[in-house]
Amino acid sequence: MDIFAALQYSFIRRAFIVGSLVALVCSILGVLLVLRRLSLIGDGLAHVTFGSVAIGLLVKQQPSFVAIPVVVASSLGIMKLMQKARLYGDAAIGIVSSLGIAGGIIIASLSGGFNVDLFSFLFGNILSISSAEVVTSGILSVIVLSVVFLFYNEYFSTTFDEEFARISGINVRKINSLLVILTGITVVLTMKVVGIMLTSALLILPAVTALQIAKSFRNTMILSSVSGILSVITGIYSSFLLNLPTGATIVIVNFLFFITAFLSRRAMHISRH
Amino acid sequence: MNANNAGPIVSVANLCFSYGQLEALCEVTFAVEKGDYVGLVGPNGSGKTTLIKIILGLMSSGNGSVSLFGIDPLAFGDRHKLGYLPQKLTNFNPYFPATVREIVSLGLFSKKRFPKRILKGDAELIDEAMSLTGVIDIKDALIGELSGGQQQRVLVARAIVNKPELVILDEPTTALDPEARENFFQVLRELNLNKKVTIILVTHDMASIGKYASKLLYLDKKIIFYGSFENFCLSENMANYFGEFAQHLICHRHN
Repeated sequence: MDIFAALQYSFIRRAFIVGSLVALVCSILGVLLVLRRLSLIGDGLAHVTFGSVAIGLLVKQQPSFVAIPVVVASSLGIMKLMQKARLYGDAAIGIVSSLGIAGGIIIASLSGGFNVDLFSFLFGNILSISSAEVVTSGILSVIVLSVVFLFYNEYFSTTFDEEFARISGINVRKINSLLVILTGITVVLTMKVVGIMLTSALLILPAVTALQIAKSFRNTMILSSVSGILSVITGIYSSFLLNLPTGATIVIVNFLFFITAFLSRRAMHISRH
Repeated sequence: MNANNAGPIVSVANLCFSYGQLEALCEVTFAVEKGDYVGLVGPNGSGKTTLIKIILGLMSSGNGSVSLFGIDPLAFGDRHKLGYLPQKLTNFNPYFPATVREIVSLGLFSKKRFPKRILKGDAELIDEAMSLTGVIDIKDALIGELSGGQQQRVLVARAIVNKPELVILDEPTTALDPEARENFFQVLRELNLNKKVTIILVTHDMASIGKYASKLLYLDKKIIFYGSFENFCLSENMANYFGEFAQHLICHRHN
């Protein structure tokens, strides 16, 4: 079945739309996070998402609605730990991450377990996405993209040299807080696409793929976006054709893109010398 | 808050600062006038970087008063009047994917309002700064691909692209070879003489300071000397402080 035939199915169209939007947001934020050595914040917040989903299932509310405030608060918690407890990012992420997992396990255990529901959030199921979820994802993606677009140069400046950005009059603390809030929202959005377990892959892999071959900061953003969107579309289509789990296939395609970019850079380097 | 153009560019009075129990600065008082080229020297741990950070508004001034263009540095709003070159980039990532041109453009954001955008007219300013610092031929190279000396010149271009009135440089020549260092000091001299830019340069290079700077500020938690290099060389107090031989060495290299 070719891709146009696949597009006749509404669930495939919805998957392409949401997948592309989430991939675009992840790819752009991913560049900023990877360059700030905060790559694993996605992983940490995904673990918090696990705890939030457990709360949502326990109180029989839409898990995403519970997850967004909890994950955003946790992302700000990571920032505060870094600033006030004098911790490096990895340690602060580790603390919040393990708290999220621990909370989720305790809630799941106390409620007698909701194995099937929780399983679908752990590994994602983009093909089962509803029209309402398409709209919610669309709105949240547009908000995240607009904020990054409006503050693009503030993010560029603080990512390269935070001290100089502060001297330039940029409110670095606000800009950094905004970044982790956007990351929190994005992690919740990503949950449905690749699942909690694989969220950080969508944040990290397109960015590091772009970093292999990019020729400027702007170019990195563009390449990361293209790589992220292409890998999601290719992953969804391949998983549909080969009957594979969609989230995992998206991650594998992302990894193949990274390897291709890495080998291209090596080949260019060898041919130059 | 906007700057007051009359009066000294930088004024520091009775400044004391401690990191916990560790005293970093004690009763520091001096003023930098428009057009001054001040060499700030002193041994390691003498409080030079702390003083610079307080002047720039990166740290609170503790006891004493500090003003930048007549305003408390923490409330200073005219950030485009400042150019700054740090001792080293904090958390510098050698694989950061930014071109020389993009890095230099960062210096323009201090005078831009939200949303901060690089406009067509900015290209001239960026080109001028890159030409002045000799990096225009490598404008499309990635910052991580450059040598330490080239990176330093890119950061100087970033510091001056906004045509600041005051440029503060914190030990900028440590990564440079003698030729690059000489070129670097020539660039600063040109800025000072031709563009009337006020300069505060933190350095260990006493010989170059004597050659180029109009004033010498010797700091060792408190001010040991502040005045012209000639007065420093003639000062009996300084001869007693450093020893005649050391003073002679510094001044001999100057001459």
